[in-house]
Amino acid sequence: MKLQRIAALAKKELKRTIREPAVLFIIFLFPIVFVFAFGTSFGGVGGAQTVSYHIGVVNMDQASNVNASQILVSALVNTKIINLDVYASNATAQSDLSQGNVQAVIVIPSDFSGSLASYQAFSNEPSKWTNTSVQLYLDKGSLVATQAVPPIIQQALASVAGQTRQLQIPFQIQTASLVETKVTSTLDYIAPGMFTFASIFLIMMVAQSFTTDRENGMMKRIRITPTTPSEFMASQVISYMCIALIQAALVFAMTYALGFRPAVGASSFSFAFVIVLTFSLSNVGFGLITATISKSASAATGLSFLFVLPQLFLGTFVGASLSSSAQVVGKFVPSYYVTNALSSLFLRGTAITTPAVLVDLAVVSISCVAILAAGIVLYARYYKI
Amino acid sequence: MSEPAIEIQNLTKKFEDKTALDNLNLEVSKGELFGLLGPNGAGKTTTINILCGLVKPLCGTAKIYNHDVQKETRQVKELIGVCPQETAIYPYLSGDENLELFGNLHCMNKKLLRERSKLLLATLGLKEDAKRVSAKYSGGMKRRLSLALALIHDPQVVFLDEPTVAMDPQSRHAVWDFIKNQKNQGKTVVLTTHYMDEAEELCDRVGIIDHGKLIAEGSPKALIAERQVKNLEELFIKLTGRNIRGEP
Repeated sequence: MKLQRIAALAKKELKRTIREPAVLFIIFLFPIVFVFAFGTSFGGVGGAQTVSYHIGVVNMDQASNVNASQILVSALVNTKIINLDVYASNATAQSDLSQGNVQAVIVIPSDFSGSLASYQAFSNEPSKWTNTSVQLYLDKGSLVATQAVPPIIQQALASVAGQTRQLQIPFQIQTASLVETKVTSTLDYIAPGMFTFASIFLIMMVAQSFTTDRENGMMKRIRITPTTPSEFMASQVISYMCIALIQAALVFAMTYALGFRPAVGASSFSFAFVIVLTFSLSNVGFGLITATISKSASAATGLSFLFVLPQLFLGTFVGASLSSSAQVVGKFVPSYYVTNALSSLFLRGTAITTPAVLVDLAVVSISCVAILAAGIVLYARYYKI
Repeated sequence: MSEPAIEIQNLTKKFEDKTALDNLNLEVSKGELFGLLGPNGAGKTTTINILCGLVKPLCGTAKIYNHDVQKETRQVKELIGVCPQETAIYPYLSGDENLELFGNLHCMNKKLLRERSKLLLATLGLKEDAKRVSAKYSGGMKRRLSLALALIHDPQVVFLDEPTVAMDPQSRHAVWDFIKNQKNQGKTVVLTTHYMDEAEELCDRVGIIDHGKLIAEGSPKALIAERQVKNLEELFIKLTGRNIRGEP
């Protein structure tokens, strides 16, 4: 294989993507416009919103003559920026936190009032106080909550002790853990599917590119040169992987601009790009299959929807709103596993080494390589490369 | 006859029930400008496609510079340049970029590619438009660029399949000069054309094929004298008849 030939053909394909208006629109502008339209419609972008935090309270306090928990609750309500939900049990509160219904949960300990009583009795003798801790659970997915809520609680605790600012008091905040949330906003929810969505339209581009080159005699012309079939196919795969990479970066930039802020590290982002790139192989494969069954470029445009629509409806953000049986069928399209892996990473904060994510990657890799191989074999059987 | 550049022996090709080439035998010498003439569907393009390794014959052999076109495809592809019948260029690339691409497909070194590209663009009157995307070229300019693509790697054997079709007289004469220049450089040129004046003007020898068979072969002058006709066109009509043919 000669790198010079592969690079020249890949460069040619990239130029085509940029210079042909229809291709440029489908590949880059359409996903961006779509994400923008969807994001602004469902992501709550724009418009000033009153800042408020939804916090759950689990009151375990065994109040005696001093009802410290009531004072704390009143102090929190008086901030005007906190909406409180009182829970009878910590389990229920934790469940709501994990589903994103509240941004934080405070557990007031059983000895909270006792602690305040000891403080009031011996305010100048800290050694005689009954020290206690208020447990605070925060939504890991909400950067705002993790930053803003602890100081508010601290302020409220100081006011329980009759202080206006944080001085030495017997009750401290113990941040028990940062809890991962399952649902944040609609944009957060649909963003993983959007990364998958953009790449699917490569099917149409590959099919059009091959049929157009066949129609105008360019495929024949390349076959007359010493270019080998493997060099030609390698150049196509490389160029479309580059396009998929740019697409994913553009879609991410657009979702970021619309407020998508997954609280994950660089490894998760790298993994996301890897799985999207792997997924693009299947789209090249489906494109080749479409080109095989299409007699012309216009037929290829229509026939490509045979593969675009199932991938789109069953495997991206659209899939979640389908019936359970359709969701089962979705497990037969590669895009389902891409979206699933990206949702695990970005929505649930799952590590890239967890078995579920690795299984998704394995399924995507195996199926996509198989589809690409099938596409190449089929195309080469009916049309020479 | 001097050393052969192209040797065709008993070449037969069928497309379903239609015989495109019927036991064709032909030899073209090194440095010769050979005209392959015939009505539509006579088998001219099929012959070129077989010589380029694009189509497999049913039987018979074809050799270029003693390399079998079926068995030694890589060597043959390095020796030949083909300007196909259709204007095959990438419309979204400039003239320059089209040439650069095909030069790279022949693994030319950068310096040589740049020099050769400049020379071809200048010779074919495309220098001023080298940086424009070829979609904006006129029909004649596109044809000339298509011709340049076939010659970017300076091949020893050039197949020109109707290179002047739909060209204005200026472009046509520029291409004629260019073809003559190729011959003067010692290249072997196989030209298919429907313009008999073109064949008469350019070709050392012509071969007329009809229904896949070679029905006449020789220099235009010799053929005209031998068959006692005014010109090559009259000979052509005399040999192939007045019936209008369709493409296969």
